[in-house]
Amino acid sequence: MSGRDTVLGKIRASMRVSGPDAERKAAVASRLRDTPTGVIPARADLPAAGQQELFCAMAAQFGASVARVNDYREVAAEVSAYLRAHNLPAEIRIGADPRLKDAGWDLEKNLELRHGASDGGDLAGVSHAMAGIAETGTLALLSGPDNPTTINFLPEHHIVVLRESDIKGDMESVWAMLREQKGKGVMPRALNLVTGPSRSGDIEQTIILGAHGPRALHIVVVA
Amino acid sequence: MQLAAKHFKASASKALLDAQLQKALGNVEKGFIGKRQKAADALPEFDALRDNARDIKNHVLAHLDLYLEEYERNVVAAGGHVHWAETAEDARRIVLDICQKANARTVTKGKSMITEEIALNDHLTANGIEPVETDLGEYIIQLRGEYPSHIIAPAVHLNKDQVEGDFRRVHTHLPEGRDLSEPVALLSEAREVLRKRYFAADVGITGANFLIAETGTSVIVTNEGNGDLTQTLGKVHVVVASIEKIVPTLEDTAQILRVLARSATGQDMSVYTTFSTGPKRPDDPDGPGEYHVVLLDNGRSAMLGTEYQDMLRCIRCGACMNHCPVYHAVGGHAYGSVYPGPMGAVLTPSLNGIEETGQLPNASTFCGRCEAVCPMRIPLPKMMRHWREREFERNLTPLTSRYGIRAWAFFAKRPRLYRLAVSFGMPVLSLLGGKSRRLHSLPFAGGWTRHRDLPAPEGRTFLQEWAQREALKQGSGH
Repeated sequence: MSGRDTVLGKIRASMRVSGPDAERKAAVASRLRDTPTGVIPARADLPAAGQQELFCAMAAQFGASVARVNDYREVAAEVSAYLRAHNLPAEIRIGADPRLKDAGWDLEKNLELRHGASDGGDLAGVSHAMAGIAETGTLALLSGPDNPTTINFLPEHHIVVLRESDIKGDMESVWAMLREQKGKGVMPRALNLVTGPSRSGDIEQTIILGAHGPRALHIVVVA
Repeated sequence: MQLAAKHFKASASKALLDAQLQKALGNVEKGFIGKRQKAADALPEFDALRDNARDIKNHVLAHLDLYLEEYERNVVAAGGHVHWAETAEDARRIVLDICQKANARTVTKGKSMITEEIALNDHLTANGIEPVETDLGEYIIQLRGEYPSHIIAPAVHLNKDQVEGDFRRVHTHLPEGRDLSEPVALLSEAREVLRKRYFAADVGITGANFLIAETGTSVIVTNEGNGDLTQTLGKVHVVVASIEKIVPTLEDTAQILRVLARSATGQDMSVYTTFSTGPKRPDDPDGPGEYHVVLLDNGRSAMLGTEYQDMLRCIRCGACMNHCPVYHAVGGHAYGSVYPGPMGAVLTPSLNGIEETGQLPNASTFCGRCEAVCPMRIPLPKMMRHWREREFERNLTPLTSRYGIRAWAFFAKRPRLYRLAVSFGMPVLSLLGGKSRRLHSLPFAGGWTRHRDLPAPEGRTFLQEWAQREALKQGSGH
């Protein structure tokens, strides 16, 4: 007997079910079909502007810095200003996200853009988030050529661009967006929910920012 | 690790005298309890979420076979592989096989209790593959040849000067005069050393906090980002997870996520919550070329349908041990099992049998804090009591305890005799208490009075007090 049959057989024996009966099957099918939401905290039950403010406040509370710009054309200037303020070289790692094609890079002559996945040698990386979650100040980032996953973790500074209208109240709203974009039951290879810069409390329970992931997280919200 | 639960009493006595350990254990109370309370207080829906999280897992456990089949279908649809392991040995063999097929020389590891349970590191090492722990706490204890003393804070039993000593001993390529007096310097050094290991590793192994049936997704929850580097940079990603990690949908995952980090570290969300589905896609510039999930049973299926089934709701947040007075006093290593604290006292006998582990469910004052803070509302004290009953029924309890319990039961079943004995015993004990109102030693109770005094009884017995209050209530017309 295969490991699979043994394990499933033991489970069914312990639960005293001979095989998948119709009633149990129906209960599973309906949960998978209806995806009931359960309890959603009222904290982020706000009009759009309120959700955007809550997102920025929560992200800041968990250690990210947040800037707001009026147009994609202002993103490059904000990135340059961030690098200068942190004494970083004018170089960034970035994917192929079409939303960041025309982000004013032509206006920042000194800024060098390196495209593709990070090789670990980048001090700063720029990504575009799929969504923001106001409830906890969390970013949702999808893997793929537009925003390689390595950029989320290898650079010392992670700069994430987020469209204001993509800020939602809760995780459940992001699941709805995902299903609309990808289809029900389909996921990108990686979905990263990121809440603040990396940290560790493993030595004497003292929280220190900058463990294995980025030491700093900067969020640029585009109106 | 070698199961050493039967040495609990001796290990606990030693732990109480270990000054370094006692200093470090102070951080458990300081570091966890207040933060959890603050996070829980800041979310009015916290208790409603706990109820729902409990209900979700109960639903999963009642349909576990079906959800596992659905999960497997969706992993395969996304290009991943599912391996079923009935025992720890099966899981070790499967993981080794995957590593050998990938010609792996080193593997990086994200923090995973399940790989501790199956003693994976020793097995890989014995077969010429070097496992590298990348979580800071796990890395530290790997350098020391120890095992985790806490399920989410594996090095909580250590102080920073001990870590400094280990880093100086092992990182000999770095200058001797470097300053490592602050935790931040230690963290930076570990970051630099481990960076190279991620890129050199052939396989990345992680655990999983959730397996989502709807999408065939595994989820890890971390703060450091090491788990993500482990699973993104290796050519092969192996997820080792036990069968009860299943949740039906993304929505159900969100419900439990809301109680997980708050109960564990007092964060609203951990820094990285990563949903992984299958290997690298055709247009992906990064990610693992292969994605494997090893589903481990190792005794869990036998817990279904028993009084220990509720334990399978556990999401390994560590809140029970963070709030346990016994854990605070002796730390995690004294338990001599992979899983320490109250959750370990219930789970370990289920996985390893009560014969070797009977001292663990007895290592509790039944104060009830573990159940009070458990996000999944697992009745831990009740289940520890069940284990004590099993132990007694099977004559595994020490003789002195058995006779003591028998003697007590004799009186307890005869109320008049009990009352007579107590009304006689109380004044005697009270008299013996003398001016200090304390008894320093008692015949047949040396085990108690060796370490503490027994307060002398004051006034009347509980039953007498109770009777009088009831009479007063009646008299005042209530």
